[in-house]
This record gives sequence, structure tokens and C-alpha cells, in this order.
Amino acid sequence: MHMHKFEKIWLIFGVTALLVFLSVLGVSAFYLGNQPPSCLAVVDPTKVDEHETFKEPGLKKVEGKDWDYELVFVAQAFAYTPGTVEVPLGAKVKVIATSKDVIHGFGVAGTNINMMVEPGYISEIVTTFDKVGEYLVLCNEYCGSGHHLMTSMIKVVE
Amino acid sequence: MLKTSLNLKVDRRDAKLVMAHFYVAFIALLVGGLAGLLQVLVRSGKFELPAGIGYYQILTVHGVVLGLVLTTFFIMGFQLAAVSKTAGTFTNKQRTIGWIGFWIMTIGTVAAAVMILLNEASVLYTFYAPLQAHFVFYLGLTLVVVGSWAVGTTIILKYAEWRRANPGQPSPLLTFMALVNTMMWIVATIGVAATVLIQLLPWSLGLVETVNVGVSRTLFWYFGHPLVYFWLLPAYMAWYVMIPKIIGGKIFSDSLARMSFILFLLFSIPVGFHHQLLEPGIDPAWKFLQVVLTFLVVIPSLMTAFSLFATFESYGRSQGATGLFGWLKKLPWKDARFTVPFIGMLAFIPAGAGGIVNASHQMNQVVHNTVWVTGHFHLTVATAVVLTFFGVSFWLVPHLTGRKLTKKINKLALIQGYLWAIGMTFMSGAMHAAGLLGAPRRSSFSEYGGAAQAAEWIPYQIAQAVGGSILFIAIILMLYIFVNLAFFAPKGEEEFPVGEAANQEEKAPMVFENWKLWLGITVLLILFAYTIPFIDLIKNAPPGAQGYKLW
Repeated sequence: MHMHKFEKIWLIFGVTALLVFLSVLGVSAFYLGNQPPSCLAVVDPTKVDEHETFKEPGLKKVEGKDWDYELVFVAQAFAYTPGTVEVPLGAKVKVIATSKDVIHGFGVAGTNINMMVEPGYISEIVTTFDKVGEYLVLCNEYCGSGHHLMTSMIKVVE
Repeated sequence: MLKTSLNLKVDRRDAKLVMAHFYVAFIALLVGGLAGLLQVLVRSGKFELPAGIGYYQILTVHGVVLGLVLTTFFIMGFQLAAVSKTAGTFTNKQRTIGWIGFWIMTIGTVAAAVMILLNEASVLYTFYAPLQAHFVFYLGLTLVVVGSWAVGTTIILKYAEWRRANPGQPSPLLTFMALVNTMMWIVATIGVAATVLIQLLPWSLGLVETVNVGVSRTLFWYFGHPLVYFWLLPAYMAWYVMIPKIIGGKIFSDSLARMSFILFLLFSIPVGFHHQLLEPGIDPAWKFLQVVLTFLVVIPSLMTAFSLFATFESYGRSQGATGLFGWLKKLPWKDARFTVPFIGMLAFIPAGAGGIVNASHQMNQVVHNTVWVTGHFHLTVATAVVLTFFGVSFWLVPHLTGRKLTKKINKLALIQGYLWAIGMTFMSGAMHAAGLLGAPRRSSFSEYGGAAQAAEWIPYQIAQAVGGSILFIAIILMLYIFVNLAFFAPKGEEEFPVGEAANQEEKAPMVFENWKLWLGITVLLILFAYTIPFIDLIKNAPPGAQGYKLW
């Protein structure tokens, strides 16, 4: 099978670029720890209110962990609990969420917080709030007729 | 090679079967296009749907009718035509199987459509269990898939017959390509058939109480990504084989075209996790593995881009073009059969770049479920693929109906392509921009409780409405062209362009026809990428989810 010289050059260039790109992703993921949210913990979706973590949604100070606060959200059609929450500037926060009914998409506009929330599963992401402001929490995965009305607000305050 | 049983014309009986598919496809274009127009208008915030029709009902119509019905019917029709032309007229038995498949698909489409119109199935085409639709909706979509297997069988039987009649010969390039796409489709649809038959149907019938959400989503996305390559490969067939003939050039390389199709078969399927990067329950190392496999399609994509532009440049230079880009001037810009698909090719450049962002392990976090993604696939499937399908229709429909593409209709077709480019620049551009600001996809108009961030998205939503309206005008124009070519254009002979390879001496290696080998590797890759995480999803499953009807 014949391959034109220019095509060989083109493919060597392309494949090299691809390998560099994938290496960057790999180093970022496994060496720097930039993995997508992939929590493996589960919860009975009918007993979310009785669960240790989810019985009191909201912001909690924690000690002896890699993060200073835990911010717990419970999603259900078509609302988040809490509906608004204040977070101190510069806090390193683990956001923890689950759903009581269908699939929701936990997205915070203007930040990199973005994760699927599925009934039966716990979703987690660690982040630092380093800019003062009001950040809209919305549902970015279709969940029913009131999907676009499902909101909360994270207020980062000094 | 390529001195094969080329039919000068597609047989009239085969043509009827192809046209039956096209009628359904273009009705779907009308219905789905109208739904799309209503969506962009609603989301601009200036318009409300009348008579209690829900935004998400319209969105379900748009996704199902364009993403599944238009594409599947057009592709199956197009591939039947390509095989009938290059491997010979179908036998009566083969054609009958094709007709059975067509009717099963059509009955399934009608059943699903009725359920959506009755508002019993506003679950979008990606299903979203534990949202629970009426069982007839799931049954209808199963019939669409099963019907497509029957049509695929027609193609496989014809290929097998050709190989028996021509031992030791590589199959005609178009037939080979149609076969690869058909096999990829069959392997991929097993996933969606499994979730529907084993999980969703018994659950929607009330036979079981709950559904395993993680498993259902994984089976869906096992199908959901190769689905996009199932849309794309027929466009590549047109780009590789038909466009060179239309411009008067040659296929750059027959063998390399086959190799790129084989690579697409291997690397389209074991990659569904890149749609599930932000989901709980899947170990990130397995997600990363599938990200790597996803990116391997970059290689056949680069090969394709090279071949196409090599063909264009070779042709231009053969016509006396000089300088680095002089050959661009020699291309037949006034021929809609070339220019409209060419607009699609250009759109595929930013579309591919955006796709690299989407599939990246980390960058996905920024754009996942934002309207950026909607902007992305309106460049891939709704521009690159669809404009190529339109470009194919300009000659294939009159070829099948015994009519001619007139100068006047060719001009309208060009205008249609330009309008599409303008409308999509507005709509997709605004979607990409708003997505980067965090605006969600699959969402009706909302001020999000007066949030300042959400207010910034509204100008982009108005731009989307402007672009979407221009696109709707282009759709109406396309439907006019289709009806003209099917029923009213003057009688005559329209050429079915099949390109010849630049190097006629070089025979394609027979290893490309070794399906035990290629399907074997395909299955191994799938097992490698999916077995362990899939067992994890079952073994570590949370209590199942009950069904909800929240619309």
C-alpha cells in the first residue's frame, strides 16, 4: 500500500501532536490529580434524608481533612437544598451532592464545578472559592418540566 | 481494479426502495426543523408556545426526529443506492428484506411519534431513566433499530454475493464503505437494544419496580458515540468517492480510504465514557482509557482531511493552477453538488476542534451539559453531515426519479447552502459563546431567579433565534428543492458520480476484507474498555431507581 511522502509527514506531525496532547492530559490526571468527579460511594435514594451526610444540607466546617469545609446539596425536582449559601472567600470546599429522584446536573456558572447527580450515587468535587461574588447554581441535565427553574446561589463573601 | 459491475443507473425497483427512505427522511426534516425553530424562539424569551405545548416535548420531537429518524432513513437509503450502483442490482429476496426493514422502521417511528405528541414521552431522545416514558415509545424506537438491522442485512447479503462472484477481488469502494458503516451500526445498536429490552421495557410495563441508572446510561452511551460516526461515515463516502468525480478529479488513494474506514470501525465504539466523564460510579482510570481510545479517531480524520484537499489541489493544478492556493480558484464553485458539501467540510474544522475540547479528560468539565455542546453538534451533524446529505440529494434524487437538476434549482441549492452557513454561524457561534459562560443545554427560557450571570446569556439566546430562523428558511428551501427533484423537475438523466482512484494499478490489500479480523479486534477493544467498569457498575450498584413522570 503506497503512501504519499507528504501524507507521511502530515500523519507523523499529527500523531506526534496527538501523543503530546494525550501525555498532557495523562500527567494532569494522574500526576497533578486533575481527575473528573468520579465518586464511587452510593446511597439509597429513598433514604437520603436519613443519611449521615445529607440529613443536614449546607456548609459545615471540618477538621483534619485536605479541605476546610464541606458543602452538601440535595437535589430533587425542581429545587436544590440549600436554596442559598454563603461561603467565606478563599475556602477550600468539598461539594457533595445527591439526588432524591431523577438525574440532575449540578453546574455552577462561572466556576469549574460541574458534575452529574444521579439517584443512588454520591457526587463530589473539591474546589477553592477565590473570588468574591454570587455564583448561580443551576441544573444542566434535563429532569422534567421545571428543569430550568431549578436553582441555588453560592455567595462568596469576605 | 474498480473495473467492476458498475451499474450505469440504479435499477428502478431499487430506486423505489431508496426513495421510500428519502420521503420519510425529508418529512422528518420538516417536522424536526419546525420544532427547532420553536425552540430557539422560546429560548429568546420573546415567544411562548401556544395551547399548553411543552418546551421539552418539542425538544424531544427535535432530537428524535432529526437525530434518529432523518439520519437513519437517509443513511440507509443512501447506502442502498451506493451498493445497488456499485455491487449490482439487488435480488428480489434482498430487496424484500429491505422493504420489510423499511416498514418496521416506519411503524416504529410512527409509534414513537404518537407517544411524544400525546406528551407521554418527553424524555428526550437520550432517554434519561429514571424519567419513565410510555412503553410504546421505547417499543417504537426498538422497531426503528430492528428495522435498520433488516435494511443492513440487505447490504451485507449483496456484499457477500459480490465477493462470491468475484473471488480474490477487493469489493467496490462504495460497497465496502457502506458495509463498514452497517457493521459498526449493528455492533453499536446492540447496546441501546439491550438497555431498552432488558431494562426500560420491563420497567415501563411495571414488570419490575426499579432500574439501574448507571448501567442504563453506560449501555446508552456505548451506542451514543458510534451513533455520531454512523452519521459521519456516509458523509465521508460522499467526500471520498463522489466529490472527486463531481469536480472532475480522482480519488487520492483507494487503499487509504479503506484503511481510514477500518480505523473508524475500531475506534468509534469503545469510547462512550467520554460522554460520562462527570458521572459518579465509574473509576477515573477507565474514563481516561476511553478518552485515549476516543482520540485515536484523530488519525483517520487527518487522513481524510489530507485526501480531500490533495484531490482538490491535484485537480486544480491539472487545470493549470499555479501558486500555493491558485487551485482553489479552479474548483467548481457554481456547482451545488460540490459547494454545499464543501461548506460542510469547512464546518468540520471548528467542529473537530470543539470535539477535542469535549472529549478531553479535564476540559470537559468546563463545557459539559452547557449549550456549547449543542453548538458543537450543530456544526458536526447539523452542518457537515446534513449539508453533505443535501449535496447528495441534489443528484441522487433526480437520478432515482429519472429527472434533471436544472440550472435554476442548482442556483436555489447554492443559496440554500449559503443561508445555512450564515444561519449556523450565528446560532452555533452564539451557542459556543454562551456555553463558555455557563448557559446550560436542554433548557427552556429562564431568568434563573434574576441571577446576574443568567442575564448575560440572553443576548446570545437572541442571536441563536436569529440564526435558527435563517436556518429554518434554508430548510424550507431544501424541502422545495427535494419536492421539485422528486416530482416536478424535467425528465432526463442525472449522473450518479463514482470517482476513480488516481492510481488504477494499485490493488487494495485483501486484508481489508477480512471481517473475522476486524470484527474480532473491534470486539476485543470493546471488552477491554468496558468489561471491568461494567462489572463494577453492577456489583457496586446502589438500590435501583423508581420511575418518574415529571413533565
